[in-house]
Amino acid sequence: MAAESERVDRSSHSMDKSITLPPNEIFRNLENAKRFAIDIGGSLTKLAYYSTVQHKVAKVRSFDHTAKDTEDDPLYEISMQEEILARLHFIKFENAYIETCLDFIKDHLVNTDTKVIKATGGGAHKFKDLIEKKLKLRVDKEDEMTCLIKGCNFVLRNIPHEAFVYVKHADSEFRFQNTHPDIFPYLLINIGSGVSIIKVESEDTFERVGGSSIGGGTFWGLGALLTKTKRFDELLQLASKGQHTSVDMLVKDIYGGSYGSLGLTGDLIASSFGKSATADKEFSKEDMAKSLLHMISNDIGQLACLYARLHNLTRVYFGGFFIRGHPVTMHTITYSINFFTKGEVQALFLRHEGYLGTIGAFLKGAEEDNPNQYSWGENYAGSSGLMSTSPDLNPMQRARSGTFDMLEMDRLERQLVNLPLLQDPSSYVPDTVDLSEDALAREYWLYCFEEALDGVVKRAVASQPDLPEAAERAEKFRHKYLHKLQTLRHQPFAYGSLTVRSLLDTREHCLNEFNFPDPYSKIKQRENDMALKYFQKAVKSLEELSWEQRQFALVRGLLAGNVFDWGAKAVSDVLESDPEFGFEQAKRQLEERPWLVDAYDQWLERLKGPPHKCALFFVDNSGIDIILGVFPFVRELLCRGTEVVLASNSSPALNDVTNNELQILTERIAAMDSVIRSAVKEDRLTLVQSGSSSPCLDLSRLDKVLAGVVRERHTDLVIIEGMGRAIHTNYYAMLSCESLKMAVIKNSWLADRLGGKLFSVVFKYEVPPDKKHTTLDHVPVTPS
Amino acid sequence: MATKPSSFVAEQTHCCEFKTTLFLSLPIFLNLPINLSKHLLFPVPAFPWFGMDIGGTLVKLVYFEPKDITAEEEQEEVENLKSIRHYLTSNVAYGDTGIRDVHLELKNLTMCGRKGNLHFIRFPTQDMLGFIQMGRDKNFSSLHTTLCATGGGAYKFEDDFRTIANLELQKLDELDCLIQGLLYVDSVGFNGHPKCYFFENPSDPESENCVKRACCLDNPFPMLLVNIGSGVSVLAVYSKDNYKRVTGTSLGGGTFLGLCCLLTGCETFEEALEMAAKGDSSNVDKLVKDIYGGDYERFGLQGSAVASSFGHMMSKEKRVSISKEDLARATLVTITNNIGSIARMCAVNEKIERVVFVGNFLRINTVSTKLLAYAMDFWSKGQLKALFLEHEGYFGAVGAFLELLRTTDDL
Repeated sequence: MAAESERVDRSSHSMDKSITLPPNEIFRNLENAKRFAIDIGGSLTKLAYYSTVQHKVAKVRSFDHTAKDTEDDPLYEISMQEEILARLHFIKFENAYIETCLDFIKDHLVNTDTKVIKATGGGAHKFKDLIEKKLKLRVDKEDEMTCLIKGCNFVLRNIPHEAFVYVKHADSEFRFQNTHPDIFPYLLINIGSGVSIIKVESEDTFERVGGSSIGGGTFWGLGALLTKTKRFDELLQLASKGQHTSVDMLVKDIYGGSYGSLGLTGDLIASSFGKSATADKEFSKEDMAKSLLHMISNDIGQLACLYARLHNLTRVYFGGFFIRGHPVTMHTITYSINFFTKGEVQALFLRHEGYLGTIGAFLKGAEEDNPNQYSWGENYAGSSGLMSTSPDLNPMQRARSGTFDMLEMDRLERQLVNLPLLQDPSSYVPDTVDLSEDALAREYWLYCFEEALDGVVKRAVASQPDLPEAAERAEKFRHKYLHKLQTLRHQPFAYGSLTVRSLLDTREHCLNEFNFPDPYSKIKQRENDMALKYFQKAVKSLEELSWEQRQFALVRGLLAGNVFDWGAKAVSDVLESDPEFGFEQAKRQLEERPWLVDAYDQWLERLKGPPHKCALFFVDNSGIDIILGVFPFVRELLCRGTEVVLASNSSPALNDVTNNELQILTERIAAMDSVIRSAVKEDRLTLVQSGSSSPCLDLSRLDKVLAGVVRERHTDLVIIEGMGRAIHTNYYAMLSCESLKMAVIKNSWLADRLGGKLFSVVFKYEVPPDKKHTTLDHVPVTPS
Repeated sequence: MATKPSSFVAEQTHCCEFKTTLFLSLPIFLNLPINLSKHLLFPVPAFPWFGMDIGGTLVKLVYFEPKDITAEEEQEEVENLKSIRHYLTSNVAYGDTGIRDVHLELKNLTMCGRKGNLHFIRFPTQDMLGFIQMGRDKNFSSLHTTLCATGGGAYKFEDDFRTIANLELQKLDELDCLIQGLLYVDSVGFNGHPKCYFFENPSDPESENCVKRACCLDNPFPMLLVNIGSGVSVLAVYSKDNYKRVTGTSLGGGTFLGLCCLLTGCETFEEALEMAAKGDSSNVDKLVKDIYGGDYERFGLQGSAVASSFGHMMSKEKRVSISKEDLARATLVTITNNIGSIARMCAVNEKIERVVFVGNFLRINTVSTKLLAYAMDFWSKGQLKALFLEHEGYFGAVGAFLELLRTTDDL
């Protein structure tokens, strides 16, 4: 059954009022909170609310340049504006703190007109009166299973790397799974005091197909009888130390070895507790607990397999208090599933499993807001991440008891979908290196991000010269990000697979948290200004070259432009010490051909063929990169008759050009250049938002509008530029059309890894196998 | 997990050695050549005819007592062979732990042209070494009989048989034996009665209407055969020699007794069952109504359904006040329901409607047989039918015995 076991122990009822909450860090944004939901389980309470966060965003606004265009006027003005962001808060704490927490909420709940709190979970009725009295909200009970499924759908849809496979003896015990574009159908096995097996076919269609009474309650109840140990956690501890072979009758105890003809090995359990009937000796608590754990895990695993087979399902998620964060049970369940399905089905677990009920209850209460119409993103700054409760894995476990766990989800302005040009969306992995599996790489990058922190803090302060408290905020940011890095060093699985992308994104989230929405805004502005002045000159010199020379110059220009990247430490050092470091100098820094990865000849051959229909270009940095590198390249494509879609970030990340900025830049370039002007006018050059605010690129989470444009225009070329988008991510991404991935490696460690050196060039031109003939069979035409 | 099918402990207690008194009066066997039957032209094996199934907890032995011994044979029959016959057939208990299930005896069988009765004897596997030593002491090997044995013990004790008693075992696969034995016993009937039964009105196991009804296993295929010994094996049987092991579980009879011993301090299967019969599992298990106050209508779950086996035992107050009888009952119900649930799922997956339960766990265990009948009927909405057989745990031994006769055919 779904119900979490109710602990009747008096101790869990007594309210601990002595605790003092660090209020602003736990129940954040209560002022505007509305739509409360609560899920009270056997020992933990999970509270959810929706709130709005006012935070600063950087906006750029074009000046009126038609009147007069003086040399000294900046291109556009930057302003900080307040923006309202919708955020979901989920907080998990021990039931003992419930009264204190309710008091705190009551005191801080000011601007709310909420009348109702949605409630679910076995303990909801027990605390009903208390909640109604304290919060003056009417408790409205929601069906537990419905909440669970709603919550499960929500996390699977919105949180990349939500699901994982548990591998006990591997370097990284948590193997995170790609989010499949279609999350249905799946089987959810909820192991509470009993077991419920639920088949979920769509958002609103699910069915309890079966269950079992042998569940967490059986382990706990029977375990308590056998070992005189009261607490569930202690029972698991005992089990992890025991030897089941002294209690269980194994195949070899009966056969003397294996049962070969059936392929049953001697170590398999033939009869659980089979030895405790045939000998009147004493059994240790540990051994009995272990035997019991095996018995129950195997039984549940077996039933799960039988149901998975009956319903022909391969995605099987496990949840409930029996599983929740316990490596011991995740391991035994995984083992059992592997055994019974011979590896055909994998046991999947969820990072936010404990929150499913409260998320679902919340969603039930928020149906009128249509939360499922939006995409949501996990806010790494405000979320605790997955903690291991295993003392072996997490020496801080003791300290953790009594702490609060948080999850925050930000509503994204744009709905995010897959790039339609991914060859196989279900196997697409954005990240090139999984740092949770690669200890050396992890060490390096964590160190690298720690080293770079001073610079980031400095720039953050510099970006807000008019705000005196900026320095203080920047220090808070430093503290928070440093803490995140430390957490990740111990628990690299906290937010899913650890990657360079997740480290960068976490930094952006932390910067936003402390109202540094765009530390690079002024730098970007200055560089854009400067680069624009050279645009015409650059185009003119390119036009003087022969066709073939020009193609090469365009690629080199693009690559040289990409050297200007504040995200890379090697470059930001040079830029900071030598502001004159110019475009020409950058070109000289570039590696001579043959490059580290060099498909230029194939690309040139291709250019001799018919033009592409439409190119989708994921751009990178502001300034020289976009203006002197990308635009001339785009101009050439347009001249060839290829339509171009420029995809840029929706919000700032490092010195990446934002969609907002790019619009202004494009206007300005169009004013100078007739090719760009007519392309914009005729809609052959289009700007779209990527939907991202990361220096990296996840092609499975892109703006829905972008996806629509890509489809409408029959895009047949994707260009990805820069280290973050083409190397840290998407280096191995397989697309169903031609693609160019270009970057200069501005990190000596990475260069080393890839077998190159600093400023090595990656120029990858790929044609999917089924499209190859079209390029090979073309009749070369001599370009003008 | 994998399972060892077939055997189940019955009478066990002390770690006693096998009492040589078991076959105390067995005389020394003398050498006896394969006799050409008077009635037939092909050779039949030398007497005595045994079939043995050595399980994890219990050894099952079937013995064929020839009733058509001619005067000439009587004369030729060596003294000790005669005393085996008399000893086995005139006693119902052997030593402290050996038992003959007299009520199961099959009368007037014709086997290999010989008429006689089939006897069913069991003793605990832990006394196996004592049994082998007795075989040595009594010079069993001089009889030159083939000892057909199945069950895991046939492998585990093979060396002991050879080195201690100079006996070669003919080892046989236990699942083959189980099926052959079952089909044979079914074909000969139970002394003129069908040996198969089911429960009428299974939906109300507590009521008087739920009664045992004899039936025939005519046209037995396909059937799902669930053998509940120490552990459980589930077989899908499509014909006499076409079957597969679908799955198994380690939660079997051994688990019931093992847990009962730990929880209640009881020592035997009989004792455990007796306690279970008096207990009430709803004091131990958490029911749907304990959580939801009634039925969980959203999913069509009755309030009386068990939500969490042993779920009440999470509470300290309830732990200290619970009776041994209630614990024994809860253990029995938990194990039985779980087997029922797995069997039902297998039946659905394999598309088989008839589920036959065998194994010594079901011996004198009407609580479980009725519960299984109920579970099959209720959860399948009457689609599945549970069948039981009177000779529950002996089919492996019968199968081994049949193999003895067949082996000799091939000579």
